[in-house]
Amino acid sequence: MNDSTQSTPKGTVAQERIAVLRKNKAFVVGSSILIFWIICAIFGKLIARYEIDQMDFEATYAAPSGKYWFGTDGLGQDIYSRVIIGSRLIILIAFSATALGTAVGASIGLIAGYLKGTFDMILMRILEAISAIPVIIVALLAIAAVGGSSTIITILIIGFIFAPNVARTIRAAVLAEAEYEYVAAAKLRSEKTSHILFKEILPNVMPTLIVEFTVRLGYAIFAVATLSFLGAGVEAGSPDWGTQVADTWSLIFSNTYWPTLFPAIAIASLAVSINLISDGLLEVFEL
Amino acid sequence: MLRFLVKRTGLAVVTLFIVSGIVFFMTSILPGDQARQLLGREASAESVKLWRIENGFNRPLVVQYFSWISKVLRGDLGMSLQYDLPVSEILAPAASKSAQLAIVALIIIVPVSILGGVVAAMNRDKLADRLITVGGLSATVIPEFVWSVILILIFGVAFRIFPISAFPSEEDADLLIRVYHLILPSIALLLVLFGYISRITRAGVIEALDSDYMRTAVLKGHTKRAAVFRHVLRNALLPTIAVIATQVPYLVGGLIAIERVFNYPGFGSVLLAAVTAKDFSLLQTAVLLTGVVIVCFQLLSDVLFALLNPRIRQRVAE
Amino acid sequence: MTPPTLELRDLRVTYTVRGIDRQVLRGVSLSIAPGESYGLVGESGCGKSTAAFAAMRYLPRNGKIAEGSILFEGQDMTLMSDPEVASLRTSAISMIYQNPLSALNPTIRIGHQLAEVFRLNGHSKEEAFVLAGEALQRVHIADPEKVMRRYPHHLSGGMAQRVVIAMALASNPRLLVMDEPTTGLDATVEAEVLDLVRELRRDTGTAVLFISHNLGVIRHMCDRVGVLYAGSIVEQGKTADLFSNPSHPYTVGLLRCIPRGGLHKNTDRLDTIPGTPPALGAQLNGCVFADRCAHVEEACRAATPDLVAVGESHTVRCIFHSKSASLPRAIDSLSVSDADQNDQRVKGSRLLDIDHLSKAFTQDGHSVQVVNDVSMKVGVGETLGLVGESGAGKTTIAKLILGLTGFDADSHIVLDGKELAGTLNKRSVQDVGAMQIVFQNPDQALNRRHSVTHIVSRAVQKLGGLSASDSTTRARELLSSMRVDISLHAARPLQLSGGLKQRVAIARAFAGAPQLVVCDEPTSALDVSVQATILNLLVDLQKKDGTSFIFISHDLGVVRYISDKIAVLYLGRIVEYGDSSQVFQGPHHPYTEALLSSVPNIDGSIRKRIPLTGVIPSPSNPPSGCVLHPRCSRMAGSGVEHLCTSTEPALNEVEPGHFMRCHIPLDQLRTVQTQ
Repeated sequence: MNDSTQSTPKGTVAQERIAVLRKNKAFVVGSSILIFWIICAIFGKLIARYEIDQMDFEATYAAPSGKYWFGTDGLGQDIYSRVIIGSRLIILIAFSATALGTAVGASIGLIAGYLKGTFDMILMRILEAISAIPVIIVALLAIAAVGGSSTIITILIIGFIFAPNVARTIRAAVLAEAEYEYVAAAKLRSEKTSHILFKEILPNVMPTLIVEFTVRLGYAIFAVATLSFLGAGVEAGSPDWGTQVADTWSLIFSNTYWPTLFPAIAIASLAVSINLISDGLLEVFEL
Repeated sequence: MLRFLVKRTGLAVVTLFIVSGIVFFMTSILPGDQARQLLGREASAESVKLWRIENGFNRPLVVQYFSWISKVLRGDLGMSLQYDLPVSEILAPAASKSAQLAIVALIIIVPVSILGGVVAAMNRDKLADRLITVGGLSATVIPEFVWSVILILIFGVAFRIFPISAFPSEEDADLLIRVYHLILPSIALLLVLFGYISRITRAGVIEALDSDYMRTAVLKGHTKRAAVFRHVLRNALLPTIAVIATQVPYLVGGLIAIERVFNYPGFGSVLLAAVTAKDFSLLQTAVLLTGVVIVCFQLLSDVLFALLNPRIRQRVAE
Repeated sequence: MTPPTLELRDLRVTYTVRGIDRQVLRGVSLSIAPGESYGLVGESGCGKSTAAFAAMRYLPRNGKIAEGSILFEGQDMTLMSDPEVASLRTSAISMIYQNPLSALNPTIRIGHQLAEVFRLNGHSKEEAFVLAGEALQRVHIADPEKVMRRYPHHLSGGMAQRVVIAMALASNPRLLVMDEPTTGLDATVEAEVLDLVRELRRDTGTAVLFISHNLGVIRHMCDRVGVLYAGSIVEQGKTADLFSNPSHPYTVGLLRCIPRGGLHKNTDRLDTIPGTPPALGAQLNGCVFADRCAHVEEACRAATPDLVAVGESHTVRCIFHSKSASLPRAIDSLSVSDADQNDQRVKGSRLLDIDHLSKAFTQDGHSVQVVNDVSMKVGVGETLGLVGESGAGKTTIAKLILGLTGFDADSHIVLDGKELAGTLNKRSVQDVGAMQIVFQNPDQALNRRHSVTHIVSRAVQKLGGLSASDSTTRARELLSSMRVDISLHAARPLQLSGGLKQRVAIARAFAGAPQLVVCDEPTSALDVSVQATILNLLVDLQKKDGTSFIFISHDLGVVRYISDKIAVLYLGRIVEYGDSSQVFQGPHHPYTEALLSSVPNIDGSIRKRIPLTGVIPSPSNPPSGCVLHPRCSRMAGSGVEHLCTSTEPALNEVEPGHFMRCHIPLDQLRTVQTQ
């Protein structure tokens, strides 16, 4: 006398998702590249062939060769090693900043989307105002205001600049979820607001959150690289990719392209890899 | 309609005030350093303090803010400490140059992106679609300076098609030559903005293609092509208009890096120099100007959207 | 011999989903003679929409015609080129489907969209516009000029459907395909649209393929009927024949599980069809109905039964059709025995008192009175049915009672002698748990990220005060008693069928042993065969626990079956209130009368249609005096017109226990209504 279920038993929803992800070529490519760079970030010194500041004055501006895979720069430093080791800083800053921004933004978005009212209205006005100034400019301003740049400062600044955008996305998702009757049903159980927010609504907003995290991560890479290119965001002298490009790009006019090209490609590959991952996730969550 | 315009403009003004507040408070720390720079490194704390009082920096922040805002609204934008010239004299030519670049860029970006989105939608899930979608979005996340460097490498150095500087060396170069110089940086901007605009266009076209009214059109007897033409495009383009306005901040932000690489004395360069030198009055005004431009674009886009979308237009008219 | 207007011969249609071909239509054959109206009836997943679109040779991107032919006036559409099909669609076949508002392009004016049809048929721009105006008049749209200049979102659902009908008939088609054209429209609006279709059919002689899940509507609109189940026509014949002598077990079961007039929960239990319809495109061997048939035997699964004639142009696809009339009644029962009547309170004594309930919302600056001075009583173990169309305020009343929305001053809600606060957060946990709700759409009412057990155990824990582990045990008990199998207890809602999901929702509502449960259209989203099981379940729960219900539904048949008392709502006011039998037998309030007359009966009796002219007014701008007066068909000649236009009538007790809000005296109503 029972109605029958329609599809797969519980537990395989997650497995189904992973299977779809595995088949998504873009996702696989993206993850592979990202994993490669994360390994470089952690084990950089082991993979590199030379020290980052190991100079060889006899081989300055040497073209790529068997000895120096990516060639050398003006001080005879091995570009390959510098690129490999340089991954650490950008990944560290980008991940930390994104994590911070997502955590803060999501909390704000959750509360604003559910409670609405005056808090929400004021928040939206402030968010709009913040979005009216380009991210880079705000970051530059903030760094200048603080007086200098360091890793921690950059992480904090980028994190807080991202929070508003994350808040906006999460708020929109929460606004939609709050209309669903299961929220009313929860109220009819006298559930506390914190329970409704975190146990009822948040699980349904998770897919949006995860995708938003990866999207922000891509923009974080973008921001960190650009900031270091412009001379802000990292301590002077660190082998960050953006700085490497900034120091050497004028050389391309004299056909010495390699000190610039390889760090540039590294930035591009990292950014694209994260983008491919978020695309794959978007598809899987059917957002 | 008028009520809507007034309300929307009012909101924009409120936003602008908040923007000005944010700008001011962020830059209000700078004068301290400025004083030191002016008076020299060995200047004593006393002289710095004196300088601050003389220039009104000891008043409560809020008072300083209102004083600044009222000056701005009257047109007095202050003096640049770097160049010892009125801010307006520095910003005006720079802004105009950046505007030229932006216009050339938009003329290329908007049609190309929309076309890309439409082509992707019409070839849904086929190769063309995957290429445009994945390629476009991948291009978006690559920073402008990376693109600029690569473009210069390919088109400026390897194959000398385009000039490597966005600013022609000849003093009175005519329009065509100036535009020619602006093409490469415009392409850099295109690569960054294409992805998102084409994706939203694609989504709009697909939603229209899948809609019930599209089905009605086909069932009335239209051929697919005629149905797309008459029914799909006008619905699909609405979200596109909205998204272009959201991309303006990225365009303005991108100018900074691009003008650096292409050696273009535009707004971005001025801003960058002001940050480095902590030229606070120039900086304040410059950032405020970006805010004004962006908010105006958003207002324009909202109004345009309302005009074209009957649902909003009519509701407003009642 | 003129060929049939439409003929489907052994049509097989498949959809390709994730690489697998799924059969949606399994060899469908039917034919429609010129001018004939053919109804295709079935539940969800039977493939009726696919059949409708196939008649237009229109399939979604992943659909294809595997076998068979679609013959329009003798010519096979499957062999035609795209331009040829397009040309047929322009001039010979038209289609109308559900959701008329989304069928119209939101950015193009009505006039242009309508004129498009004429232009496709060769008329010039000017001619097309003139013809468009005439077409709108033909569908009884007043002031066509004004409507032509408007955009779709301005129109009400009924008006939009008229426009769509005008568009469809503009080309004078020989075949009109209608796929659930009135689903989602209010009862009175639906009746008008159907009247219009009948009238236009008479005038133009078009053949009609009418698709619906509503047997009553099919009965009234169609000459012949085909019953579609799992992509296969199991029975076909003349409407009157088929309804009075159903020969397929499915048809028999379907007709039995509809709550018809005269049945009441106190005396009759609804019949059900065990199991659920197979999912769209499922793999089936032999007879498609085998899994749910009480007469099933080996032979049924071995091969698809052949078509057998049982009467004049009455065919059925069943080996044992001669036994169908004696199909055993499948009446399910709760596993818990009825002897468990543990109620201390006396049935019928007062439980819930609602006095002067009002609510106004502010919209765009002005105040809109959505609920206006509503007073009702619900007794212990009693069901109060709330009936009304859109804008009546039923859902708002439910929210006000439950405390999800706060009521306005001077409203009182008294539960079991205790006055309740306006909003939830001011009520005690016991009071909150005493009144619960079952929503219409279980997909949105159940948290899709929680397991079924968790959904119910959480409710038990918070409302029943048990510990976490005890709650889980109790939850499992509850679910089992609602016939949700243990194997499904760990499942997520999206993995369950509609009926099962609703059982979980009911289990959750009953988790805290509530005294009153509001049911807001609980079966509207379910198939007819599943609806019966849920209604039986609710009735059983009421008998066992003495729970009271406030039952909201637009389906008058269901309301009549399950309610003890009924309140009829119009524009936020109660216009009639009394026992179920009083309200349904009459004399009725003019609005109730119109409402009842708009529901087509399955037994085919023609009820005198009392029309309700005009549209439902907006609550922000109610008419003066009696809010019904602009549309009331009993006002004229009643002698009290001057009162109707000037003063709002009070809710008077016109008979013991029977209240009406009308100036016309009861006896006068009785006289005119029995003429």
